[in-house]
Amino acid sequence: MTEETITKKEAPEPDRPRWLEAIAPSSVDWKTVVVIPLLAVLSALIIGAVIIVLTDGFGAVLPAYSALFQGAFVGWSSISETLLVATPLILAGLSVAVGFQAGLFNIGAEGQMTIGGLTAVIVGFSIEGMPAVIHLPLAVIAGILGGALWGFIPGVLRAKTGAHEVITTIMLNFIAYRTLDYMLKLPGIQKEGRFDPVSEDVLGSARYPRILGWLPVEGAEGLRLNLGFIVALAMALFIYWLLFKSTIGFEFRAVGANPSAAKYGGISVVVAIVGVMSLAGGLSGMAGANETLGVLGRATPGFTAQIGFDAIALALLGRSHPGGVVLSAILFGALRAGGRAMQFQSDVGIDLIVVIQALIIVFIAAPELVRAIYGVKGGKKQGQVTRGWST
Amino acid sequence: MKLELRNVTKRFPGVIANDSVDLTVESGEILGLLGENGAGKTTLMNILYGLYSADEGEIVIDDRVVDFQGPGDAIAAGVGMVHQHFMLVPVFTVTENVVLGVEPTKAPVGTIDLKEARLELEGISRQYGLDIDPSATVEDLPVGIQQRIEIIKVLFRDAEIIVFDEPTSVLTPQEVEEIFNIVNGLKEAGKGIIFITHKLGEVLRVADRIAVLRRGKIVGEADPRTATKEELAEMMVGRPVDLVVDKEPAQPGDVVLSVVDLVVRDERQHTAVDDVSFEVRAGEIVGIAGVQGNGQTELVEALTGLTVPLSGRVILNGNDVTLASPRDLHENAVAHIPEDRQRSGLILDFDVAENIVLDSYYAKPYSRGIRMDWDYAHQHADELIEQYDIRTPSSHVNAGNLSGGNQQKLIVAREFARDTKLIIASQPTRGIDVGSIEYIHSRIVEERDEGAAVLIVSSELEEILALADRILVMYRGKIVAEVPGEEATASQLGLYMAGSAA
Repeated sequence: MTEETITKKEAPEPDRPRWLEAIAPSSVDWKTVVVIPLLAVLSALIIGAVIIVLTDGFGAVLPAYSALFQGAFVGWSSISETLLVATPLILAGLSVAVGFQAGLFNIGAEGQMTIGGLTAVIVGFSIEGMPAVIHLPLAVIAGILGGALWGFIPGVLRAKTGAHEVITTIMLNFIAYRTLDYMLKLPGIQKEGRFDPVSEDVLGSARYPRILGWLPVEGAEGLRLNLGFIVALAMALFIYWLLFKSTIGFEFRAVGANPSAAKYGGISVVVAIVGVMSLAGGLSGMAGANETLGVLGRATPGFTAQIGFDAIALALLGRSHPGGVVLSAILFGALRAGGRAMQFQSDVGIDLIVVIQALIIVFIAAPELVRAIYGVKGGKKQGQVTRGWST
Repeated sequence: MKLELRNVTKRFPGVIANDSVDLTVESGEILGLLGENGAGKTTLMNILYGLYSADEGEIVIDDRVVDFQGPGDAIAAGVGMVHQHFMLVPVFTVTENVVLGVEPTKAPVGTIDLKEARLELEGISRQYGLDIDPSATVEDLPVGIQQRIEIIKVLFRDAEIIVFDEPTSVLTPQEVEEIFNIVNGLKEAGKGIIFITHKLGEVLRVADRIAVLRRGKIVGEADPRTATKEELAEMMVGRPVDLVVDKEPAQPGDVVLSVVDLVVRDERQHTAVDDVSFEVRAGEIVGIAGVQGNGQTELVEALTGLTVPLSGRVILNGNDVTLASPRDLHENAVAHIPEDRQRSGLILDFDVAENIVLDSYYAKPYSRGIRMDWDYAHQHADELIEQYDIRTPSSHVNAGNLSGGNQQKLIVAREFARDTKLIIASQPTRGIDVGSIEYIHSRIVEERDEGAAVLIVSSELEEILALADRILVMYRGKIVAEVPGEEATASQLGLYMAGSAA
C-alpha cells in the first residue's frame, strides 16, 4: 500500500466531537462490530421461525415469537427475569472474554463456576452471626478465590508446560462437576436430614438481596432480580478499565495479539498467562457465587446449568469486549426468560432457544456468510475468532 | 510466444494498485520489473497469473485476448510463476512436489505413475542444468535447491513465459550467481522471463530490458547497458536518492559490549552460536555479515535477553548481563531492532501509540501504578511521528496499516528516541523502500556519531558494506573473519560467507 492511499483511507472524520470519539472511536470498524452480530441474531431468528413452521405449522410462528418477546421484555417481571438470567452470563462471559483478549480459549468457565459456587456456599452457610455487609462480600470473595484456583491450574500448565488450555479446562470441568457431587454428600456440607446431594442453605446474611422490591407495582416483592446484577455490571466496567486503561490489560492484550512481540517488549508471557487464567477463573467463580448466593441459596448438582458454555458463545458474539459481553448476555438472558414464557404459552418448546443460540454462533463464526447473505460490503475481513490448537 | 498486458488497472478499496499498466515480454528475452515494495508488482503478477481479475485492460497472448479465471488457465496458456515464498510440501520428495496437481496416471484405475514423472523431471533437470536429485525429500534441501524445484515445477507444466518474483531475496551470494545462470539458460532455451526485483544491481545484471513500476504505474523503461543505479533509483523512488551512506571515519571509544566465548543453542538444541567472542566500542558500527541461518538470529536473541545462552558471558559497560531480561537491557539503554518487524517488533493489531510504548509502557511517564496514561502516550507518539517522518494519518491507526518502511521507522523511533548506549539492529532495512532505507541508515550513523555502540546484523552485503566500520563474518555459528569496513569487498566477504576461505 502506498502512503498516499493510507492517508485517504484511514483519515478520521474531521470535527468529530470528543465525547463521540470517546464512546465510539472512529478507529473501530462498526460494520464488523455491530452490524454483523445484529444480522447474525436476525438470521438465527429467521431460521428458528422456519423450524417452527416445519414442526408446528405457519400459525405457530407469531404466537411463539410474541410470547418470547413479551416474556423477555414486557412488564417488570419479564425484565427482572431477563436480567436475572443475564447476571451470571455477564460474569462468565467476561471470564471467557478476558481469555480471548489474551489469546487463550477458556472453556473452563463451567468448572470455575462450579468450584466458585461451592466455596461461596460453604462460607455462606458456615459463618453465623455476621452482618451482611461483611458476610456477603466474604462469601463472594470465597467464590472468586475458588474459581481463580480453577483458572490458575490450567494457566500454570499452559505457561510452564505448554499443555493447551482447551484440553485442560475441559478436563477440569469434569473434575469440578464430580468434586461438587462428592462434596454435596459430605457431612457438614450436605443439608441435615436430606439424602440427596444438596448443600446447607446459605444464611440470609450471605445472600444477594433483591433490588426491585421498592417498585410501586403489584407483586414487586416477588421480583427476583438481585444485587448480583449491579455487581456484574460493575465488574464489566472494571474489566473494561483493566483491559484498556491499565498496564496489566496492556500486557494481557499484547500477549494475546503477539506473544513474541510481547516478550520482546519485556512482558513476561508466563506471568500474563497465569494472571489472565486466574482472573478468568475468578470471574467465573463470581458467576457461580451469583447462582448459589443469589437465585438458589444453596448448591445442587449441576447448578451451573451450562451457563459456562453459553458464556463462550456470548463472548464471541460480544467480540470479547466487556460492553459487547453485557449486551450479549442480556440478549441471551432475554432468549432464556422469553423462552420459558414461550414454552408455557405456545406449543413451541424451549429447546428452540438452544437452537437459536447455536445458530447465532454459527453466523458469528462465519462472518463472510453473513456478508454474502446481506451484501454487507467493506469492513475488515476477519475469519478466525480464536487462535488454533498449535499456537 | 509474446505476452502483453494492455492498459491493466486494478483497484482495491481506496487504492489503485495498478494504473493502466502496459507491459510486453517475448520468448527469448528477460524483462526486469523494478519497483519498491508496495509499488504494485505483486498485484500485477497476480493478475497475470489469474489470481486476481483486472478491473480494466486485457492480457494478450500472441495477439489473442485471453481471460484467466485462475492459475489453472494461466498455466494452460503457458504462464508459469516462481513464487517468492515457495509453495512446496516439505515432507514430499522432489518428484512428488513437481507432479502435485498434474500427476501422470496409469491405466486402468489411474494410479500415480511416479516413474514416468521422474524420467521427465530428470530430462528437464539435465536440459537446463538444474542438477537435482528427484528422490530427495524437500525439507532436507537448502533454499537454493528448493527454488530450483519451483523452477522445475513451472517447466514441467510447459511454461513459455516464466515470472520470477523476487527470486534472490532468500539466497546466498553464490546461489544468486547460480540463479542468474539458470535464468540466462532459460532465456537461451527460448523462454520469456519476467524478473521482479527491487534490487538495482540485480536488474542491471540480468535483464535485457527494464520497466520501472512506481505507485501502480509504469514510470519508464530503461536499457540495462546504459542505465546507472542512480537513474534507476530515481525512477523507482521518484526523487534523487543518495545510495552512498555519508559517514566520517569511526572514532571508537570504550568497549560497550563484550561477548566472551558465547555458546547458544537453538530451539532444536543444536549449537547455533559456537564459541563466539567479539567487542563493540562506543562510536563504532560493527557489522555481522553472513547468510541467514548461520547463527545470527540466536546470537541476537542471546544478546537481547530473549534466550539464555548455554555458556559464555555477555558484558555491557563492565556489568555481566548474560542472564539479563529484555527489560533489564532496555533499562540499561540497549536498543533492539528485531529481525522480523511483523513477528516480534510490532503488534500489528495495536495502534501506533501502543506500539511506541511497547517496551516502556510500565513506567512513568506512560503509566502511574497500573494506570496507563494513554493521552500522554498518544502525545509522545505524535511527536515521534513528526520527528521520524512516519507516514501515518494519526497515532490511532493500527501498525498493520502502515507500509513496511513506515513500520520499520516506527520501531526505529521507539528504540532511538530514548538514551541509547548500545544498538543491536537485525536486518534493519529488510524489505523496505529505498527512501526509508536511506533514512534509517542515516539515523544509525547519527546514533554512532553521538557515541552509541552499534551492532548491525544483516544478510544484505551492500548494507553491511555501506554501514559497518568493522565487519565480522559468521558462518555455521562461528565468527570466521574480521575485516575493516573500508577494506572489505563484496566478493571477498561472499567467499567468507560461504565458508570457503575460512
